[in-house]
Amino acid sequence: MKAFESNLEYKAFLTIAVVLVFCIPILNAVVPEGSFLHVSSFQLSLWGKYITYAVLAMSLNFLWGYTGLLCLCQSLFFALGAYAFGMYLMLHVGVDSVYNTALPDFMDFQGYTELPVYWAPFENGGFALLAAMIVPGMVAFIFGYLAFSSRIKGVYFSILTQALTYALMLLFFKNNLELFGQSFILFGGNNGLTDFKEIFGSKVDAQSTQIALFVASSVLMLGVYLLIAWLLTTKFGKVQQAIRDSENRVRFSGYSTTSYKLLIFVGSAMIAGMAGALYVPQVGGINANEMTPAKSLDVVVWVALGGRGTKFGPILGAIVVSMIKSYTTRAYPDSWLIILGLIFVLVVLFMPNGLIGLPDQLKPVFERFRKRSIAKGDVTENRA
Amino acid sequence: MNLFRKLTGAIALLASIATLGAAETVKVGVLHSLSGTMAISETSLRDILLFTFDEINANGGVLGKKIEPVVVDGASDWPTFAEKAEQLLAQDKVAATFGCWTSVSRKFVLPVYEKYNGLLFYPVQYEGEEMSPNIFYTAEAVNQQAIPAVDYLLKEGYKKFYLIGTDYVYPQTTNLVLFEYLQSKGIPVENIGGGLRKDASGQVISAGKYTPFSHSDYQQIVAEIKAFAASGDACVINTVNGDSNVSLFKEIAASGLTADDCPIVSYSLSEDEFRSLPTKDLVGHLGCWTYFQSLDTPANKKFVKNFMTWLKTAPAGVQREGRVTCSPMVLSYNGVYLWKAAVEKAGTFDVDKVLAELRKGISFDGPGGTVTSQENHHLTKNVYIGETLEDGQFEILESFDNVYGEPFLKGTFK
Repeated sequence: MKAFESNLEYKAFLTIAVVLVFCIPILNAVVPEGSFLHVSSFQLSLWGKYITYAVLAMSLNFLWGYTGLLCLCQSLFFALGAYAFGMYLMLHVGVDSVYNTALPDFMDFQGYTELPVYWAPFENGGFALLAAMIVPGMVAFIFGYLAFSSRIKGVYFSILTQALTYALMLLFFKNNLELFGQSFILFGGNNGLTDFKEIFGSKVDAQSTQIALFVASSVLMLGVYLLIAWLLTTKFGKVQQAIRDSENRVRFSGYSTTSYKLLIFVGSAMIAGMAGALYVPQVGGINANEMTPAKSLDVVVWVALGGRGTKFGPILGAIVVSMIKSYTTRAYPDSWLIILGLIFVLVVLFMPNGLIGLPDQLKPVFERFRKRSIAKGDVTENRA
Repeated sequence: MNLFRKLTGAIALLASIATLGAAETVKVGVLHSLSGTMAISETSLRDILLFTFDEINANGGVLGKKIEPVVVDGASDWPTFAEKAEQLLAQDKVAATFGCWTSVSRKFVLPVYEKYNGLLFYPVQYEGEEMSPNIFYTAEAVNQQAIPAVDYLLKEGYKKFYLIGTDYVYPQTTNLVLFEYLQSKGIPVENIGGGLRKDASGQVISAGKYTPFSHSDYQQIVAEIKAFAASGDACVINTVNGDSNVSLFKEIAASGLTADDCPIVSYSLSEDEFRSLPTKDLVGHLGCWTYFQSLDTPANKKFVKNFMTWLKTAPAGVQREGRVTCSPMVLSYNGVYLWKAAVEKAGTFDVDKVLAELRKGISFDGPGGTVTSQENHHLTKNVYIGETLEDGQFEILESFDNVYGEPFLKGTFK
């Protein structure tokens, strides 16, 4: 296939695809519990979550690694996608046993008796999934249009994106919005959306649902990988990377860099939104905490740690960091932040190309070591 | 070869000792935030739980088994809470979990406990409106904190009530319940301050004044309170959370309003919060909890003394200096003992059987008085009103004995 650079990459991609889409679900569903090959449903949902994080990291890398735009609000797009699909899930929790209403509990607490008009379309799952892409895309379009057409670049762009996620976080933390003398219920305030029951007619915590969500996340990740890999080989991808390397030259060559950047920004927001939509049923909830600037910085760390501007680096970074976090918060609950921080510092200091660049970085060392041992071997042979 | 045989023999012996040891312990989860914004509050609960486990283990454990705590860090991050809860239940297979502080963390782990049929004890005052079959709420319900405090103020002759809180579900729900309760006690709507918000049909959907988390500018609000309190028979019901209280009380003190003119009763400030908040501007104002460290009973004195002694030899990571006890800590402590009693009565760690015993009603003489578990997964307990002192302790003014915990209050006062 045209998207792959080498035969090795092609084979690795196929292997990973088979493992994720066939092997792991089979090990969960068919292999009996207690067998050491069995993948527990806890592991399955955990890895499903990691994979959505990996897609989020890929979407940032598409923007930062290949276009040079350091966006500090990638988690905002992820959270918007999660909210959009979370609204669908929230409207299918069934009738409350105490107050006898089918409204989401927070609306009921606030004394609302009817579903607001802007919530109503989310009863349709297809609409919600579409909205999980369109809403982040729209936010990115409006913000990106204003920022790029005023030629805001570099660190100023980064700061503005951080302000954007902070502003929307404050909005989503509110229970009600007062506008024109009326109050509008928002999206659950601090408690957010939780306690889902049903997704497209099947139970959210059923094994089959979990497998389906895991496979869907994997397919999304593989699809996004292919898309990015293919784009990089096209003229579009060349212009994209040229913008990263020298935007002025590209503009003077007659390309509208603003349109390119806007298109890439919107596309990356939509990918993040899709990842968010798959994240929310696997984690079981979403609240405005996902929009804090620190969450978007996490994504930057994943990409930097894995290897910015590489196709596989962001996936590796997101999964490795999440795995270490999962392990250490249980094994070293008091000191895991220090351990994680230390790893970040070491990687930044000693691995400029991230984890993915490590083999290349080690190659000269290895070569020198091998040459020296060959040289030694020659000497002993001569003596013999 | 001989060496190899010896080695395998040694390994087999070690393994059998390890399994023997494992058979004599029971794993129990501790799910609190040890890092992030909630760490300052939740670390104290981790500490009291470790103390309680040591105390129980020293007295023979539960059903002859020693408690083996599995401490995890929820990191003030709600998806992490959900993940850690699932890890505790699926991998460690804990018999029970003690944890959570914020409502949102409880909301995130609730589906996990229901999925795995686990058991969670939740120790912090909350807004009610929830009753999961897999959660036991040792926490104060709204009628065990907000309503007794209002009863006390009504008895003291206060006729005007100003409601102020941080904008999230606990203050919002508490104030809506109080709004109904005050009206049922004959307080006219115009004497309930802070403002009302109505939906399109004119129904009140929110009562009181709300500020965001970490809000610090209270000048305008305090001016409003001062005007509201000019008649001399007003008080303030404060559900503001965390560090915003510093700014609020500073502004109150600067405005010249004293606790005699207009007392403020706070629901989110306990002894433990005063370790990091200055008490100067709060002296004379009121608090309402189901336990105060200053309670003058033998049970409480013994509890405080034992905890302070334990701190001296506490494991690394536990802060040893300047420690106090407070209501959420005692409710965690009570939760562990109630669980122990229920397990011993049921004769098994099986969650369904333990819960059945708890629902039948189990009493425990805790540091704050006797608590009794109820059919509805809450506790009957004593409620105390206290006045804040200079040293961050409370002088107890009034107590209400054996208040039944009722989570569903909205619409019950007409």
